[in-house]
Amino acid sequence: MRIDSATLAALFLQFAVLSFFAVGGASSAVPEMHRQTVEVTHWLTERQFSELFAVARAMPGPNVMFVALLGHFIAGAPGAVVATVAMCGPTCFLAYGVSRVFERFRNARWRVAIQAGLVPVTIGLIAASALIIAQAADHDWAAFAITAATFALVYWTRFPPLVAFACAAVLGLSGLV
Amino acid sequence: MSESDSAPSPAPAAEPNDPSAVPAAAIPRPSIADLFLAFAGVSVSSFGGVLAWARRMLVENKRWMMAEEFNDLLALCQFLPGPNIVNLCAVFGVRVRGVPGALACLIGLLGPSVVLMIAAGTLYRRFGALPELRGVLSGLAAAAAGMIAATAVKLAEPLLRFRFGPEHAVAVATFVAIGMLRLSLPLVLLVMVPVSIGFAWRGTDAN
Repeated sequence: MRIDSATLAALFLQFAVLSFFAVGGASSAVPEMHRQTVEVTHWLTERQFSELFAVARAMPGPNVMFVALLGHFIAGAPGAVVATVAMCGPTCFLAYGVSRVFERFRNARWRVAIQAGLVPVTIGLIAASALIIAQAADHDWAAFAITAATFALVYWTRFPPLVAFACAAVLGLSGLV
Repeated sequence: MSESDSAPSPAPAAEPNDPSAVPAAAIPRPSIADLFLAFAGVSVSSFGGVLAWARRMLVENKRWMMAEEFNDLLALCQFLPGPNIVNLCAVFGVRVRGVPGALACLIGLLGPSVVLMIAAGTLYRRFGALPELRGVLSGLAAAAAGMIAATAVKLAEPLLRFRFGPEHAVAVATFVAIGMLRLSLPLVLLVMVPVSIGFAWRGTDAN
């Protein structure tokens, strides 16, 4: 952990830029967060990234709060705050600005085309997030089985995903994975 | 959450024959403190994704927004980059109470969560290497991978109903470029977004 102004500034810049590429929501930016923090800067290992992602998902709050956990790991409590503000602040201004003129363009052909065009990109990005987290997390067959079972539970049933998390934690505690 | 559940939200006690007594108009404008507390409640109770909880609070419990108004704003925030619900609550806050309102919503939604994450991060740093916790964290990480995979497939469902077309190619190409080739996101978006919008443009009616 390094709480210095250079790291905090780098963190702020990284997440502020990243937020504008998060098409369809914060989850779309997970692969780029992984690339920046694991592959480029080596602030975290693969394993730490996937575990922090899981911890963030197991807690209440918006999905985007994963960046607070990343920020905390990299630069302590100030890092958590800086990462959150950087990821949320600039796009809020954008959203407010656009919301004031959005009504006028609601049915414009270009607006419909942009919205429709972003959907397949978002799907590709979320699927890539899943692959990256799975590659980091599924280091043996038992872990892969947990991933598959969670997928089945969340996709085919209406159980809250927290049920899967609780079962996975118990299985992990028993030394299975 | 219990606070908003127990809050009775009866139809307005206005004159039954008063034409202006539609529910939307009768809900008093929330104060700064109301906004903060309501979003803080969402922040600490919204397990498994904040969208459903925020909608429940705004539309069903507090009735600060009409369902259509919420859907419109959600569509806008999904159209724009960044965290959807965070953007949504900022715009909502500005609409009802100006910039202080937006700040109250944002600090309410994000503040408790930041504190929780700092606590969890501190525990992770201190105890994450313990053998008992290693297993728990491995299990959780594996479950999180399955959960996000399910989200991806749910999102893709509308596409899966159609024959393979340009949209499918865009989704697969984005997946390969980001997930497998690990290319940089700005670079990939610079190519895929215009291509995808181009295909979508051809698919929309020129009315």
